[in-house]
Amino acid sequence: MTLRRGIFLSGVATLCAWTLVPIWLIALGAVGGRAAVDSWPKSFWPGSASFATLGSFLAIDGVWTATLTSLEVAVLCMIFSILLGAPAGYALARYSFRGATAYRLLILLTRAFPVGILALPLTVSFIRLGLYDTPVGVALIHAALALPFAVLVSASLFQGIPRELEEAAWVFGCSRPRAFLRVVVPLALPGIAATAIFAFVISWNEVFAASVLTVRHRTLTAYLLAVLSESPLHVQFAGGLMLIVPSVVFIFLVRKHLFSMWGIANR
Amino acid sequence: MAEIVIDGIRKAFGAVVALERVELRVADGEFLALLGPSGCGKTTLLRVIAGLESQSEGRVLIGGRDVSRLPPRARGLAMVFQNYAVFPHMTVRDNVAFGLRMAGAEAARTDRQVRRASELLHIEPYLDRYPSQLSGGQRQRVAVARALAVEPSVLLMDEPLSNLDALLRLEMRAELKSVLRAAGTTTIYVTHDQTEAMGLADRIAVLQDGRIQQLDRPATIYSHPATRFVGGFVGSPPMNFLELAAAGGAVRLGALTFPAPADGPIVLGLRGEDIEEVTAGAGFPLAVLVVEPMGSHTLVTGQVAGHRMRVVLPSERLPAPGEDIHLRPLPGRLRWMDAASGAAINPPNP
Amino acid sequence: MRKTLAPYLLIAPSLLFLAVLFLVPLVQTIRLAFRAGQAWSLGNFARMANDLNFSDAVLNTFRIVLIVVPLQLLLAIGMSLMLRHIRRGRDLVLWIWSIPLGISDLAAGLVWLAILNDRGYLNSALFDLGLISAPHSYLTYETPAALLGAIVLAELWRATAIVLVVLVAGLQLVPKEYAEAASVFGASPWQIFRRVTLPLLRPSIQTALILRTVLAFEMFAIVLALGGRNMPVLVSEAYNWQYANQDYGVAAAYAVVVMLLSLAATLVYLRVLRTPPEQLA
Ligand SMILES: Nc1ncnc2c1ncn2[C@@H]1O[C@H](COP(=O)(O)OP(=O)(O)OP(=O)(O)O)[C@@H](O)[C@H]1O
Ligand SMILES: [Mg+2]
Repeated sequence: MTLRRGIFLSGVATLCAWTLVPIWLIALGAVGGRAAVDSWPKSFWPGSASFATLGSFLAIDGVWTATLTSLEVAVLCMIFSILLGAPAGYALARYSFRGATAYRLLILLTRAFPVGILALPLTVSFIRLGLYDTPVGVALIHAALALPFAVLVSASLFQGIPRELEEAAWVFGCSRPRAFLRVVVPLALPGIAATAIFAFVISWNEVFAASVLTVRHRTLTAYLLAVLSESPLHVQFAGGLMLIVPSVVFIFLVRKHLFSMWGIANR
Repeated sequence: MAEIVIDGIRKAFGAVVALERVELRVADGEFLALLGPSGCGKTTLLRVIAGLESQSEGRVLIGGRDVSRLPPRARGLAMVFQNYAVFPHMTVRDNVAFGLRMAGAEAARTDRQVRRASELLHIEPYLDRYPSQLSGGQRQRVAVARALAVEPSVLLMDEPLSNLDALLRLEMRAELKSVLRAAGTTTIYVTHDQTEAMGLADRIAVLQDGRIQQLDRPATIYSHPATRFVGGFVGSPPMNFLELAAAGGAVRLGALTFPAPADGPIVLGLRGEDIEEVTAGAGFPLAVLVVEPMGSHTLVTGQVAGHRMRVVLPSERLPAPGEDIHLRPLPGRLRWMDAASGAAINPPNP
Repeated sequence: MRKTLAPYLLIAPSLLFLAVLFLVPLVQTIRLAFRAGQAWSLGNFARMANDLNFSDAVLNTFRIVLIVVPLQLLLAIGMSLMLRHIRRGRDLVLWIWSIPLGISDLAAGLVWLAILNDRGYLNSALFDLGLISAPHSYLTYETPAALLGAIVLAELWRATAIVLVVLVAGLQLVPKEYAEAASVFGASPWQIFRRVTLPLLRPSIQTALILRTVLAFEMFAIVLALGGRNMPVLVSEAYNWQYANQDYGVAAAYAVVVMLLSLAATLVYLRVLRTPPEQLA
């Protein structure tokens, strides 16, 4: 009995280590600098923990601007997908209307496609529209990636807020929009925030479309991919760590909503 | 032979104590009803017996074997879940056959027992449907059939008829009773419907706040409640309680004087039908407040000595609200309880 | 409900947006792939198929998808069942296990590059243990099996989380009474899993497989980060044709192939793992 429990718990611990140790190792590679990258055999503990490498990484021409571009793109993507997705989610949750099923299907269909790849032909039209190589252009295609999630998740969020609450507000003299703002929005806000963060992470991590649609104003992922073959390892590791840290923090922030989100997205 | 012994079972969920040292012995083939208000620990007790919940302390023995540490499947029992737990991805037939298939029963026997159980519960027309295509009451009957089909020696049922209409419930009750008696199944039947418990059970265990208040034959539980709680919970209308003061070994009520078992504050318990109407001056007066003609009898609610009291009068007797009626307890029907603890003072002597 | 325009007004912006940024580029990609100059042609596909890397790219993509996806499903099912038995610290474990959800394939590639490069942490650990005396190469052209293994490891590390999260969400929708009822009626843990848990999880498994397979066909940065151009896959080839060769037509042809594969996989999952509505809880 206790032996089985012991085996079980060490299994759990092993899987935790399997997730965490690689992150630890790239962090070592990122803060150790050139010396650590070249050393052999490597130490599994930071010899001289310094953020100098990360600092010098940010000082590299282009990295800092790429990071800022990534941030800008991700924030724009977040805004686009919430502004477009939340109303649609509300419509799916509260109204039964002709075409609702077809709309749902379209949303699901987008998930069967590698949407990032659709950036390929957009190069031409984006150049014509002046969107090529701009944060807005990348954010638009990222929003197309994040929108289906935003719609389905916010639909499930609004479904979780009893219609009666809204109806009670109407009875007490609120107009429909006012009832929405006073009753539904406050209740839905944490979930919407989680959806927004998820949209941020999708954008922050996207590589293909960002690489295809930018040349000079690259996002961090596009920048790292472009310099992959030229830059020294410790710079690459620093870049990898830069990519990972915000995502880990954000996953922590949305951890409560991670699951409710997918449970409903099933249907 | 499947006697169930529950030996000092305690179950706590964190700070919530659901069961407090429960001692219970259910004889082989006995039908025991577990009766109590919502949240008193009935489901928890069944789940501990089934092995779905591990007890904090104590042991469970089935057929003389300590099963406390065995997983549910090794305990050799069947159960009807309070929320049915009918598998949604299997047809009714597969649901009913589930236990037999798990036991590796041969096809012919599985078929035969599935047919018997579904006939008994009138679910043959639905055998090839899925549970989502059934009503709540039909689903509940599938859950009961699934348990009966394995012909278990121990059967645990958690409010198995709660969702049926009154007529069907009466019919099912009678059939369950005869089938289980014929098969000699040791049964624990959870309900908070006291008429169901009275009608079905060989013995009733009344549970309150995780403790067994009384364990007795239905008639004894009814006539000699061990505590004020039991008297108030069992029977409709519930037993009346008058908080009185005894002095010199006697209690006065209206024109009547009763010998009391103790001095000081004391509670007098009296069932609504254990009275007779007498002329003024020969009993105690009841100021009538509400009169409810029930067909077979008349239910009268009134006020006496500052207490509410409900009594049962013959159906042709219809006093008017505001009127005083005069009543006298039938001989030998007075029950005395301690005012502080609520425990019966002259314990039942069956 | 009153007939109203409101729902249409609410979905209109997102619909317009998807039309412009999903349907239009979809059509454009297909057009681009089937055009040569002003005429319709299969020229792009011919150039794609005649390229040296094409068959390697197809093979590698399939190898990766066929190895990674089933392993991830098994691993994620195992992990989600383990979660049910964790008594304390369940939330912490769940969070740790879902961390990779936020990690891009590029970052994952770099993480495993740090571990698997010649002077990386794997070699260091093996050296410390006395198993090797000099660095060993895993990520070169000469070690395709090891390189494939590295990519599989990195993908398992990065993307099992999404399968896990979908399955855990699905398990939360399945009341525990079903498994309990099965155990009372004599089912062994394995029988409970096979006959109750797994069938009830089917819709979640379907969702997880669709998401995961589409993403696996799309993956390329992990491959570039670990192996450079040593192990071409479909999307990395599309990227190269677009970037290095500036040939949008062939890149689009690759994109069409990837889309067809994704769509085909989705349809297969929808069909094979269909759950009739009457069998839903
Ligand atoms: N898993 C649990 N965690 C914490 N408390 C629990 C749990 N299960 C039951 N309880 C508590 O234990 C007590 C007994 O619950 P139980 O379900 O046994 O009641 P019951 O008698 O079956 O009630 P009902 O008639 O409403 O079904 C209740 O106070 C309940 O809140
Ligand atoms: Mg209960």
